[in-house]
Amino acid sequence: MYVAVKGGERAIDNAHAWLAEERRGDAGVTELSTEQIREQLALAVNRVMAEGSLYDPDLAALAIKQARGDLIEAVFLIRAYRTTLPRFGHARPVDTAAMRCERRISATFKDLPGGQVLGPTFDYTHRLLDFKLAADGEAPRMPAPPAESQPVPHVTGFLNREGLIEEAAPDDTPPPDLTREPLEMPASRPLRLQSLTRADEGFTLALAYSTQRGYARNHAFVGELRIGAVAVEMDIPELGFAIEIGEVTLTECETVNQFKGSKTEPPQFTRGYGLVFGQSERKSISMALVDRALRWEELGEDFTGAPAQDTEFVLYHADNIQATGFLEHIKLPHYVDFQSELELVRKLRREAGAGDTPEQMEAAE
Amino acid sequence: MSDDYNFAYLDEQTKRMIRRAILKALAVPGYQVPFASREMPMPYGWGTGGVQVTAATLTPDDRLKVIDQGADDTTNAVSIRKFFERTAGVEVVTSTSEASIIQTRHRIPEEPLSDDQILVYQVPIPEPLRFLEPRESETRKMHALEEYGLMHVKLYEDIARHGHIATAYAYPVKVEGRYVMDPSPIPKFDNPKMEMAAIQLFGAGREQRIYALPPWTRVVSLDFEDHPFDPSKAEHPCALCGAADSYLDEVITDDQGGRMFVCSDTDYCESRRAAGHRGELAEDAA
Repeated sequence: MYVAVKGGERAIDNAHAWLAEERRGDAGVTELSTEQIREQLALAVNRVMAEGSLYDPDLAALAIKQARGDLIEAVFLIRAYRTTLPRFGHARPVDTAAMRCERRISATFKDLPGGQVLGPTFDYTHRLLDFKLAADGEAPRMPAPPAESQPVPHVTGFLNREGLIEEAAPDDTPPPDLTREPLEMPASRPLRLQSLTRADEGFTLALAYSTQRGYARNHAFVGELRIGAVAVEMDIPELGFAIEIGEVTLTECETVNQFKGSKTEPPQFTRGYGLVFGQSERKSISMALVDRALRWEELGEDFTGAPAQDTEFVLYHADNIQATGFLEHIKLPHYVDFQSELELVRKLRREAGAGDTPEQMEAAE
Repeated sequence: MSDDYNFAYLDEQTKRMIRRAILKALAVPGYQVPFASREMPMPYGWGTGGVQVTAATLTPDDRLKVIDQGADDTTNAVSIRKFFERTAGVEVVTSTSEASIIQTRHRIPEEPLSDDQILVYQVPIPEPLRFLEPRESETRKMHALEEYGLMHVKLYEDIARHGHIATAYAYPVKVEGRYVMDPSPIPKFDNPKMEMAAIQLFGAGREQRIYALPPWTRVVSLDFEDHPFDPSKAEHPCALCGAADSYLDEVITDDQGGRMFVCSDTDYCESRRAAGHRGELAEDAA
């Protein structure tokens, strides 16, 4: 005898309780604190802040803990929290030329004003598992404190003096806000950049990689990659001037791309731009490459049909919260739709004479 | 009710923005109004569009019913109902006639709705032309120019190939002779019910669209003169309440190919049983 399935409510409660227990893991192992996550899993924290579009290392660490280390789930927690926050106003554009750089490299010039600063990078490490870390986590201290910082001008500025790179004139038009207005096509560059900076790192990486492999190939040099803290300033109407309200760490990447010229533009270098919260090198370089690929129209290049050139394709599929939600929703019940498909397929099969064996005929009844 | 959030979770500014979109949608029936959908605390695909529309529509005096697949007790319906209990503190009900707002996924209740009710649909893909043309910029143009030839060709090809229109759910409709609209993935059996007394609002969160049908809007399921629309369903009565006019779920009862058909609308089925109707497999039936 069939009894209609009841108790969805109890099932949900139990599932949540079980989840909480699983999250904690073996109670004999010391619990992870959010401070530990913030300090020792900083790159995960950075990714969650970047894709969650909220600069708050403590909340990001909490989200990672709550999400059991699932970073997309953590991004989701941050996004859902972010929407509830009131909006007081807008900061002034941050001045990345005044960044206190802890890392700054250029792949286009051997030496340059401000110098090459490797900073804390994996780049030249040998990827050998360090079993000492498993035994005791005591880190060696850095030998010497970093030198006094000097001004670090942007590399693209040098090229600009010669007129070799396209102009990027300052523009004070208020940028559109992806989180307050629906995304509509065609999307302007500020909107595209806004979408890319919070886009899924993996998706952005794959698209950028595809341009390197020939899908809208546009050879990119890393003109500059810089990581460091910048001041955030905000105009306070009551005061009549801007005050510094805090500091954020950013990764900025400017690529210099070869360009043979088009009907509308002379031969020159062109730019791709990436700017991401935290130390997020892979993401910011990927972002710069994808940004450059999306600019084919304004530069008068051909549309080769490559995914990375296709603004609708890129922007509508770059958000991992949208993507994972829609993907995973197919776990939800679809009895009703499936039932109507069942009826249809049975009907079509009946008429096509497919179910001619007695067994199938019976099954189709 | 939780005091940590504004009534029905969303802040008042956001609700006002959504209400404006709803009003525009009601003024241009079947037209997809872009709106700045917010991230909600449930994932996209779980009904964030419907939840935002419900949140913007709810008042403290409302009585909310939430169904998924026609049932009040499916896990996602339970979860959304709990969400509004917690953030809005409104009364929740399972009876269709007692509810003032009904949020639904994939079904229209069997019991006819009245003019003091609002039916809110959760919509995954609001664009009926999406699977024919993936580009939003193109489909918006097609709607603007009322260029629906592609859809008719698709339906025609179905008939040429299968002898039928091979769309069983999310069956496209034309609204007031103007916009072709996706009715959300309801079975086509439900399409004729869309000409109703209640207001129907459709929310697509991930796709950032709201559309609507004011009461008694003309809603015509696309078809051809010689292949009229056929809102078919399983040809059985409900095994529990005996209803012959309701949409049925097929339930597998054993591994010998045994199965039974029961109402997908649980409230409808329960009310009928309470009124003494019995199907052939009802517990107290002979």
